[in-house]
Amino acid sequence: MRRSYLLGAGLAIAVAGMATSAMAQEIKIGEINSYSLLPAFTEPYRKGWQLAVEEINAGGGINGKKLVVISKDDGGKPADAQTAANELVSSENVAMLTGTFLSNIGLAVSDFANQKKVFFLAAEPLTDAITWAKGNRYTFRLRPSNYMQAAMLVEEAAKLPAKRWATIAPNYEYGQSAVSVFKKLMSEKRPDIVWVDEQWPPQGKIDAGPVVQAVAAANPEAILNVTFGADLVKLVREGNTRGLFKGRSVASFLTGEPEYLDPLKDETPEGWIVTGYPWYDIKTPDHDKFLKAYQAKFNDYPRLGSIVGYQTIKAAAAILTKANSTDPEKLIAAAEGLSMPSPFGEITFRKNDHQSTLGAYVGKTALKDGKGVMVDSVYRKGSDYLPSDAEIEKLRPKD
Amino acid sequence: MAFYFVQFLTGLASAASLFLVASGLSIIFGVTRIVNFAHGAFYMLGAYVAFTLTERFSGAVGFWGGIVLASLIVAVVGVIVEMVLLRRIYHAPELFQLLATFGLTLMVQDIVVLIWGPDDLLGRRAPGFKGAVDFFGQNIPSYDLFLIGLSPVVLGILWLLFQRTRWGVLVRAATQDRDMVAALGVNQKWLFTSVFALGVFLAALGGALQIPRDAVHHALDLRIIVDVFVVVVIGGLGSIIGAFVAAVLVSELNAFGILIFPKISIILVFLVMAVVLIVRPWGLFGKPEAAARRTPGLTVNPWRPLTSNERWLAISALAVAAMLPLLAGNYALTVGSEIAIFVIFAASLHFLMSVGGLASFGHAAYFGLGAYGVAFLAKAAGLPMIVSLLMGPLLGLLGAAIFGFFAVQLTGVYFAMLTLAFAQIVWSIAFQWVTVTGGDNGILGVWPEKWAAGPASFYWLSLGIAAIAVALLRVIVFSPFGFALRATRDSLLRSEAIGINGKRVQWTAFVIAGTVAGFAGALFAYLKGSVFPDSLGISLSVDALVMVLLGGVETVSGAVVGAIVFKALNIWLVSQTDLSKLVLGGFVVLIVVAFPKGIVGVLETIRNRRRSSSSKSSSPDSSLATSRIETAE
Amino acid sequence: MSMVPTLLSVENLSKSYGGVHAVRSVSFSLRSGEILALIGPNGAGKSTCFDMLNGQNTPDSGRIKLLGEDTVGKKPRQVWRLGVGRTFQITATFPTMTVRENVQVALVSYGRQLFNLFGSTANYARDEAGRLLDLVGMGAYAERPCGELAYGDLKRLELAIALANQPKLLLMDEPTAGMAPRERVELMRLTAEIAREKSIGVLFTEHDMDVVFEHADRILVLNRGSLIAEGTPEQVRGNPQVRAIYLGEGLVYDARHREGAGA
Repeated sequence: MRRSYLLGAGLAIAVAGMATSAMAQEIKIGEINSYSLLPAFTEPYRKGWQLAVEEINAGGGINGKKLVVISKDDGGKPADAQTAANELVSSENVAMLTGTFLSNIGLAVSDFANQKKVFFLAAEPLTDAITWAKGNRYTFRLRPSNYMQAAMLVEEAAKLPAKRWATIAPNYEYGQSAVSVFKKLMSEKRPDIVWVDEQWPPQGKIDAGPVVQAVAAANPEAILNVTFGADLVKLVREGNTRGLFKGRSVASFLTGEPEYLDPLKDETPEGWIVTGYPWYDIKTPDHDKFLKAYQAKFNDYPRLGSIVGYQTIKAAAAILTKANSTDPEKLIAAAEGLSMPSPFGEITFRKNDHQSTLGAYVGKTALKDGKGVMVDSVYRKGSDYLPSDAEIEKLRPKD
Repeated sequence: MAFYFVQFLTGLASAASLFLVASGLSIIFGVTRIVNFAHGAFYMLGAYVAFTLTERFSGAVGFWGGIVLASLIVAVVGVIVEMVLLRRIYHAPELFQLLATFGLTLMVQDIVVLIWGPDDLLGRRAPGFKGAVDFFGQNIPSYDLFLIGLSPVVLGILWLLFQRTRWGVLVRAATQDRDMVAALGVNQKWLFTSVFALGVFLAALGGALQIPRDAVHHALDLRIIVDVFVVVVIGGLGSIIGAFVAAVLVSELNAFGILIFPKISIILVFLVMAVVLIVRPWGLFGKPEAAARRTPGLTVNPWRPLTSNERWLAISALAVAAMLPLLAGNYALTVGSEIAIFVIFAASLHFLMSVGGLASFGHAAYFGLGAYGVAFLAKAAGLPMIVSLLMGPLLGLLGAAIFGFFAVQLTGVYFAMLTLAFAQIVWSIAFQWVTVTGGDNGILGVWPEKWAAGPASFYWLSLGIAAIAVALLRVIVFSPFGFALRATRDSLLRSEAIGINGKRVQWTAFVIAGTVAGFAGALFAYLKGSVFPDSLGISLSVDALVMVLLGGVETVSGAVVGAIVFKALNIWLVSQTDLSKLVLGGFVVLIVVAFPKGIVGVLETIRNRRRSSSSKSSSPDSSLATSRIETAE
Repeated sequence: MSMVPTLLSVENLSKSYGGVHAVRSVSFSLRSGEILALIGPNGAGKSTCFDMLNGQNTPDSGRIKLLGEDTVGKKPRQVWRLGVGRTFQITATFPTMTVRENVQVALVSYGRQLFNLFGSTANYARDEAGRLLDLVGMGAYAERPCGELAYGDLKRLELAIALANQPKLLLMDEPTAGMAPRERVELMRLTAEIAREKSIGVLFTEHDMDVVFEHADRILVLNRGSLIAEGTPEQVRGNPQVRAIYLGEGLVYDARHREGAGA
């Protein structure tokens, strides 16, 4: 803080001519996210990257240049995200684009980056398409993908004795592909499993009572849940009241992330197998450092979004530092295969599909002091849950 | 068997909130003729305020007291809104109130995040209704039973209120004939205010009662408002019993629909609404709208083609716009292209709304169909850009021809709702039919060919097509067909009596508007290089309505100005602030209050006033205007 | 007169609403150039009758023949194409157009140009519209916004619109309602003139007995849905039944006497 204050004061007394030379000493990153549509997820994310920017500039910036992040809201609309991307690239001359939360927006910006030959580091979108079916050489992605999350869940879920499974997923691309990957991987490990019911509530508009009733009527032994946010809250409440989860195992995407777990408060169902982020339980030096800095700066605990926001900008800085250039081709060359530390340990951006090996924690939900927590969590490295190079070769279009 | 019974009860419980909110909307519409878009916002406010109160006050008294108090507090907010905002615009052109309440909705979405924070909030469970009741091995939440019991009670109370009190009699009278009530010497202002307060109270109560089942968050309003419109329209506007029956119908459709068609539950409701409207155009319990009152506010000054001076002015403006690439950078050009595209889109809706008198709430359907048409042709069939650009909009034409045929059988709010239903059906298909449309991940890589790829070339292309579209629509306005269309809008009775087949004329207009919107969508696909279901969505339809109303619904080409102002402001705000909805909503409300005729409407009024004051002395017959009689006998 | 062909013939026309007979077995005919008044107290069935002739309403039974063609089941716009012009009790015009444009729209329709998308209406049948407006004395108002016309002028404009398809029959529902007394007489004199000159048959309803007895060649009297009298003004005036139910309340009228007083 003090440093930037001094810097600011220095700038304030500088004459106009000096200001232009100060501009040349900046490297700008353009950042886009759904701040107004999804504040619950993007606020912690924003705090995360703000912390990263502060740390980077305190440590001397990018090869001595000050890092500046220019952030834009996309209102949750792909078209608006493209307008923002255009502004950042054309007007602000940013060195690269980062951010996005929703899959469709991630894809829209990725396609834009490919068309305009701009480096894009996707932060949060989960869709497999962004690195595989619709992958392109300009796009990298940080967060573990849908496929990786599914593979991590399957590993645990396959150990359950349950043979009769039902699925509940929001009816759009994310829910559909989560279910199909989970089913595919699960059936590979456990050919004896039968899928007895599928529920596809509309995203954001689940009519939880009837859905719970319908699933219960199929009498599964285990349930896969892909819903999240307000839909998850409604599902859990109805499920608890109607006894849907009693005596049944549940595997659930993302539910261990504080963003989704915390709103459930004392109604958190126990014993669900989930992927997530138990920040209270991670005892590694890397994470301790991050946690302390975050809590000191914001007087709040981090969510998964905080980690993603923080690491996105850290990764961007690492790529820019290594490339020592803003030329997109050099950035790609620098990023491919680049390893760096993260609060979750070392991660690498794979050369073959531009996916980072950032992993996730897998554990079980539990209640502690009237709050939902993850227990028995284990960190799963992303690199262990990705298909072989040969398969990736088949999945990605040729550049 | 027990399962189906429990499923039925679950549906009934879901119907309760829907009924409360819908009855409020229906009552407000019945008396004030306001399509209150902010009804969802009041529902959401009810939930938020109830959350705060029930967290603060403990125990059963605290909970139930909190629910009721929250509804009352929100009702007071409603009264303030009615008195400060709506009272000023009751006489504005139809749908202007919708614009005002839309602006409010935008503001509330940001305000609740500012007050209550961004996180989803989990409210308390209702004391005494936390568990479930066992019914032959099926669990029924006791709170559901409470809700099931509540709706008939509310229905009964409303019935008593309307049948047994003087106030209720007045409200019913006003629902049938507003002018008559005014003639009886009733203070209409307070009648409207009290009706609005009751409607808002019911909405807030509906929201407050959700906190034991739902999470409280800032998107609650949009989640409920469309469903509520559907319920009100199926039931029949102004009918409370209709709202009740339709709420039950819709909820049961959901409850049983997921058993039979788990993947199309969203479409199902809109399909039912479309069928109901086609078979019973005024909803199940609605009465035919009294022969459309002469639309108040229609300007007396007839439209006229541009004078040669004005034509030169328009051409100069176009020339100046065409010079933008010499001055501005790539970003400004891309924004310019986007604005030009929305000028086309707004002009097409304006043609339908202003010239045809048909306010579509689902115009984005044809914009989006045009965009998807291009995406299919360019990506799947691999056709060259110029061919795709010309053929893509045909999908918009096709959609408009099919849906328009049914839609023009209706008028007014019912027309609006049927177009909304069609748009939602198309949206749902695009959103959920992943194998063909890519679902919400859309279709990518629809980039323009080299000749149009540069920001300047694409800008000129968009500007050129926009100029042609606007000019063409203007020509049609003043063509024999345009007059036939306006004749149908002005007086269905007279136009039929001079041999005009109104429905066919309106259908043609619908197809023209849909095709032009399709061209806008086709360009949009190339501008963005991709197509997403958003381009068919409600918010885009509403944006277009706002542009038209902002520009001035009673003008020939106000939509052009409305589109430029709204889109430019929107893009700028989204870029500058995360609170763009608050600012934009505030701007819309301000415009509605300050310029109820829209921007161009106000300019015309000023010009006409100046003209008439300068010609007054020379006109011998100026007394004619004052001696005009509104209606006979 | 009997050599003139029958323009309109109505046979046993009936319509009831929920058991109430609005119109009961009404028969009459009308010849070209003839001016026929349909009178009766409020609720006698005049408007229902009119709406059935116009195609706005369908009779339960009975036949309507216009120049030998059956019009039952036809829509108003189809009836109009057969050559029927109509004016309404409460004027129906296009308030957002000029007076001339109001007539031009009707001419556009008559010329079957309704789906002409790219022509110019301003020049379409401009002179013809002007002639029709001159005919009803509205030529000076041609460029005025219709929305600011005085009521009497609206009635005249409606007449011009109704004449646009060179009708053989004019249906006028209370053509003078809401007008000042002097305007009434003037409008009906104008109508009668035009009708005689162009051999148009006119059927009109009217409350003002001055107008009826002054201009009608024949009068039909409806009461509770049934035709109770038919004949020349003299015959009807002398009909005791009519006097009893309709003219009894001081409305007995002597045209010559009144006219003399006015002169």
